[in-house]
Amino acid sequence: MSDTQPIAAATNEARKGDVVAPTKEKGWFYTDTVKDHFFHPKNFLEDEADYKDAYMGMVGSPACGDAMKVWLKIEDNKIKDFKWKTFGCASAIASTSMLSVMVTENGGMPVEEALKLRPQDIMARLGGLPARKVHCSVLGDKALRSAVNDYYRKSGQIEKIEVEAGRIIDKVLKITDHDIEEAVLEGADTLEKVQQRTKVGTGDPSCIPEVEQLIRFYKEKYFGA
Amino acid sequence: MKRLIYLDHAATTPLDSRVLETMRPYFSDVFGNPSSFHTLGMRAKEAVTEARGRIAKLLGGHEDEILFTSGGTESDNMAVLGVPRYFMNELKKVHGPEVVPHVIVSAVEHHAVIEPLIWLQRRKEIELTTVGVDRYGQVNPKDIVAALKPTTVLVTVMMANNEIGTIQPIADIGRELLKWRKEQKTALPYLHTDACQATGFLEIDVEKLHADLLTLNGSKIYGPKGVGALYVRRGVKFQPLIIGGGQERNLRSGTENVPGIIGLAKALELAQADREVESARLLALREKLAAGLLAIPKTILNGHPTERLPNSVNVSFIDIEGEAAVLYLDAEGVMASTGSACASTSLDPSHVILATGLSYEAAHGSIRFTLGHATTEEDVDYVIKIMPAIVERLRMMSPVNLDMKYFETHTN
Repeated sequence: MSDTQPIAAATNEARKGDVVAPTKEKGWFYTDTVKDHFFHPKNFLEDEADYKDAYMGMVGSPACGDAMKVWLKIEDNKIKDFKWKTFGCASAIASTSMLSVMVTENGGMPVEEALKLRPQDIMARLGGLPARKVHCSVLGDKALRSAVNDYYRKSGQIEKIEVEAGRIIDKVLKITDHDIEEAVLEGADTLEKVQQRTKVGTGDPSCIPEVEQLIRFYKEKYFGA
Repeated sequence: MKRLIYLDHAATTPLDSRVLETMRPYFSDVFGNPSSFHTLGMRAKEAVTEARGRIAKLLGGHEDEILFTSGGTESDNMAVLGVPRYFMNELKKVHGPEVVPHVIVSAVEHHAVIEPLIWLQRRKEIELTTVGVDRYGQVNPKDIVAALKPTTVLVTVMMANNEIGTIQPIADIGRELLKWRKEQKTALPYLHTDACQATGFLEIDVEKLHADLLTLNGSKIYGPKGVGALYVRRGVKFQPLIIGGGQERNLRSGTENVPGIIGLAKALELAQADREVESARLLALREKLAAGLLAIPKTILNGHPTERLPNSVNVSFIDIEGEAAVLYLDAEGVMASTGSACASTSLDPSHVILATGLSYEAAHGSIRFTLGHATTEEDVDYVIKIMPAIVERLRMMSPVNLDMKYFETHTN
């Protein structure tokens, strides 16, 4: 391939999202809990044959740097088993590993409770992630929801299937991921531009990492970059 | 103690003890300011002048063509910001008020070149053309010529790439520019080349390269960090970045980093003296490492198969992510780096690997090993031994299983 694309965008644009006060910058390094889950991941799927009938969900794509599949076994509406595969960095692997522990410990988390898990909950259990790595950890809960939808579908609870497109991202302003998708489709390709259109994150700044992830996801989906 | 193998020499190198010895007197004994008119000032000034002369000689230039800076980034910034700004008004007089200087840059330049140029472009101070590269990361001089305009003031292409090691045909580009300038009866565009990665391995002769501006850096050649130089050919104009006391012929103010400058001269001398022997030694190790890594299934070599720095091996392991692999390597005592977005502050993977036409997936899985003085064959053997298990483990955890047919252009 000799005809290559010129550099599409300055990396500075992306860096802006990472600017934090120097006193709050946690730096590059991972907590011992993150390292433990990265070097000794729990519950990753080793043999797919045993999970053919499990409820499966997937999210992301390797092109955007993160992709994830999860397999669930659910009994009495409780998650008894959670297996996963993740393409991603240490943060992504550790987050998925931690999520698998959180939903299966103490006899298994009720499905409805698991649906409420947010990336922040996983990060808290990991003892935090470096600021610039937060965006790597936002896929686990989505993959889980995708698998739960598969469970609802297969167990005839169709009415419970939550359409991902309508999920509220900014709970203060009630901005959904559908709103973000629309903004990206209208040409907003950075957090700033999406915020100009939706105000997302101004009501609930804690959702910004997830918004960035969604922008990236939709850009990849619709524009291939 | 755990075995530690440093294979990130393109990031930085340790200071050579011989360099440190030459620097030592200039911290506390000969600490004078070279601008001062007293004994200590004069001695510092003499040392700086002497170092400048030695560097000029090594590059085939003149003493007054060497400007000392704080490192590669400053030298690059000085060239790519300074040249267009100098010609801004002149160009408007000739070509009209809407016209801005035109700059040509390769798609694989270091951020220290690309980012200031994009910044100028956003401010509408320049028109920027990015020239693509082939699948090995190499620029075709014909593409540079095709992009030339009467308003082009600067062409900037690095000597060798920091991520994939590919060596660029700078002398060929230089010859084309000389021809163009002669035909057009103009002194423009200038040719700037960043030689930071090349200095330890290639001949750096500004006459043979036809370079008008050339960036050097201490910390990649076993010299001190925080010091670099910009070669500026006589007659070449640029607007300075740092203005003050008028040091460096008014082109780069600030009290000279005397120990750094002494160290840079020594490091450059050693690098150029040893480069043929060291290149031959590393070439054998590079080939062994590359062959060992490429024996792992679904692995692609990034960069040119032969026209590549002798210390550089960059591979993409398909289906896995680079940062994870680098951390697993680090846990085994091997220090390498990755072009994955996850290891940088941006969300995009390496622009260099993408520019070679490789997909985002493969760019996220790229790992760079750069060898150096301390690298032994045992080190290479060790990496070859541990890498397959790391890749296998990460692939077991990965939900991705891409078909290699998508990478045919980069594997045959």
